[in-house]
Amino acid sequence: MTRVRRWLPGLLLVSPSIILIAIFVYGLLGWNFKLAMTDKHDEIAEIPGNFVGLENFTGIWSEERWGLSVRHAIVFTVVFVGGALVLGWFLAFLMEKGIRAEAGFRAVYLFPMAVSFIATGVVWRWLMNSATGEQAVGLNRLFHYLGLDFLQWQWFRDPDWGMAAMAIPAIWQMSGYIMALFLAGFRGVPEELREAARVDGCGEWGVYRHVVLPMLRPVTLSALIILGHISLKVFDLVVAVSGKQIITDVPATFMWTAVYDSHDPAKGATIASYIVLSVAVFVVPYLIWDARKGKRS
Amino acid sequence: MTAQVAEKAPRTAPAVRVRDRRRTGTWVRFALLLLFVLVFLIPVYVLLVTSFKPLTEADPAQAWNLPKVWTTEAWRVAWEKLEPGIVNSFLLAIPGSLISAVLGSLNGYVLSKWRFPGADVLFTLFLFGMFIPYQGVMIPLVQLMVNVGDTLGIQLYGGIPGLVLAHVVYGIPICTLIFRNYYVTIPDELIEASRVDGAGMLRTLWSIVLPVSGPAFAVVIIWQFTSMWNDFLFAVFLTGPSSWPTTVMLNNIAGAVTTPYSQQMAAAILASIPTMIIYVLLGRFFMRGLMAGALKG
Repeated sequence: MTRVRRWLPGLLLVSPSIILIAIFVYGLLGWNFKLAMTDKHDEIAEIPGNFVGLENFTGIWSEERWGLSVRHAIVFTVVFVGGALVLGWFLAFLMEKGIRAEAGFRAVYLFPMAVSFIATGVVWRWLMNSATGEQAVGLNRLFHYLGLDFLQWQWFRDPDWGMAAMAIPAIWQMSGYIMALFLAGFRGVPEELREAARVDGCGEWGVYRHVVLPMLRPVTLSALIILGHISLKVFDLVVAVSGKQIITDVPATFMWTAVYDSHDPAKGATIASYIVLSVAVFVVPYLIWDARKGKRS
Repeated sequence: MTAQVAEKAPRTAPAVRVRDRRRTGTWVRFALLLLFVLVFLIPVYVLLVTSFKPLTEADPAQAWNLPKVWTTEAWRVAWEKLEPGIVNSFLLAIPGSLISAVLGSLNGYVLSKWRFPGADVLFTLFLFGMFIPYQGVMIPLVQLMVNVGDTLGIQLYGGIPGLVLAHVVYGIPICTLIFRNYYVTIPDELIEASRVDGAGMLRTLWSIVLPVSGPAFAVVIIWQFTSMWNDFLFAVFLTGPSSWPTTVMLNNIAGAVTTPYSQQMAAAILASIPTMIIYVLLGRFFMRGLMAGALKG
C-alpha cells in the first residue's frame, strides 16, 4: 500500500499525457487503419462504410499513379538519405580534428534546419527552373555562365530522375544536422584509443578505419533512422517546389489529393496506412532495441 | 655525444615532414569547407538579390546579377500579403510552445524521478509518437475535431485552437524526452533528501527541480516554437483561410503564377525571420533540441 502511495501521484501527474497519446496517436492510428479497410469512398455519405478487408490495400496497386508515387519515393529516399549521409559525414570528417572558425562553419551548414521547407522551396524552385537556353534562369543559367551548358537539364521535371533533383534541397537542408551528429560521434572517440592504435603501428588511415569508424556505428544508425523517416513522409518540400504535379507525386501528396480533390477518405486512409507501415517497419525495431540498450546500461 | 645526435637526427626529420603534411592537410580541409560554405549560401544570395530587384530587371539574362536599382517595393507588397499569416503563426507558436514545455516538464520529472511500474514501456510508447508520420492520423484527426465541434460545440477544426492542440499533443514525445534526459542529471540524493524532509511530489518539483530547469525549458520552447512556425502539414489540413499560418500563406503567394519572383523571395525571407533570429541568438539551445531528436545519439 505504501509502495502504491509512492508511485501513484506520479502516474496521476502523467495521466493527461497518457490519455492524449492513447487517443491521438494510437486511437487515431487504429481509426485510420479501420477506415482504410472500408468502402467509404465518398465523404458526404453519412454511413460509416462497410468492412472490405484489405481490398483497398491491394486494389491501389493497380492504379498507375500509386505505382509512380512509390517509385518516386524510393528514388527520393535513396538519393536523399545517401546524399545527406555522405555529405554530412564528409563535412564532419573535415572538421573533426578542429579547424579555424569551426563555429562559423557549423553555423552556416546548420542554418537551413531553422527554416521551413516551404520557404526554402521557393528559392529552390527558382534555382531548379527547367527552362534552358535563352530562357534559362537559376542553376541552368549559372551553368551557362560557367560554360557548362551540357549540364542544363529539366531538374525535377525530368520524367525519369526528377525526384533525384527534388532530393537536392532536402540534402542541402539536412546535411548540416547529420554533420553535427557525426561531429559529436567523432569527438566521442577517446584520444587515448587513437593514440594506442598509433603506438601499435597504425597509420592515420588505419586508426580511422579500425578505431574511429566502428565507433561511429550508433551515430550512423541514428542518422539513418532520422533521414529515413523524414524521407518517407516528405510532403512540404514537394508541395513547395512543384505543387500537386503528378510528375513529382509522392505518397504524401497523393494522399492529400485523395482527401481534398477526389474526396475519397478510404483511399486517403489507405495511402496514409502505407506511409505509417513503411516507417514503422524500421522505427519500431529501433525503438525496442534502444529501450533494451537503455535498460542494460 | 655524437651517438646521441646521430640517434636523434633521423627522428626529427620525419617529425617535421609529418607536421608539414598536417599543415597542408589543414589548409586543404579549410579550403574545402570554405567551398561548401559558398555552395550552401547560393540560395541565400538568390533570395536577397532577387527580393531587392525592381520588376523591370526580371529578365532571365540578369537572373544572377545584383540589382541595378535597389528597391524595397517587393518587400512592402510581400509584407502586406503575408502579415495576417505571421500574426496567426505567433498566436499559434507562443501559447503552443509554452503549453508543450509545461507538459514536457511534468512528464520528464515523473519519468526520471518519480517512476511508477511500467514507466519504461510507457516512455517507449511515447517515443513512437515522435516518429509516426502524421499523415497516419490526419483524416481521423480532422473527423474527430469536426465531431467535437458538432456535439460539444467546441470549434477546433478550421481554427488556431485546434492547431495548437494538435501541435501540443504530437509534441509531447519530444518534449518529454528532452526534459527526461535533462532531469536524469539531477542527483537522486537531492530528490530523496526532499522526500525525507516530508515534501511531496509537487513540492519537490516546485522547490528543487523547477529552479534548475531553465536550460531544458529554453531548449523545448525553442524547439516547439520552431517546429510550429515551420509546420505545413497540420496547418494545411486543420486550418481555414482566416487562420492560415505563415507557411500556408507563403505557399499560396509563391504558388500563384502571377506573383513576381521578387515578391516570392521577399515573402520567403519574411516568413523565415523569426526562426532565423532564434537560431542566431539562441543557436546553442536549438542545437541541443536537434541532438535530443537523435534519441541518445
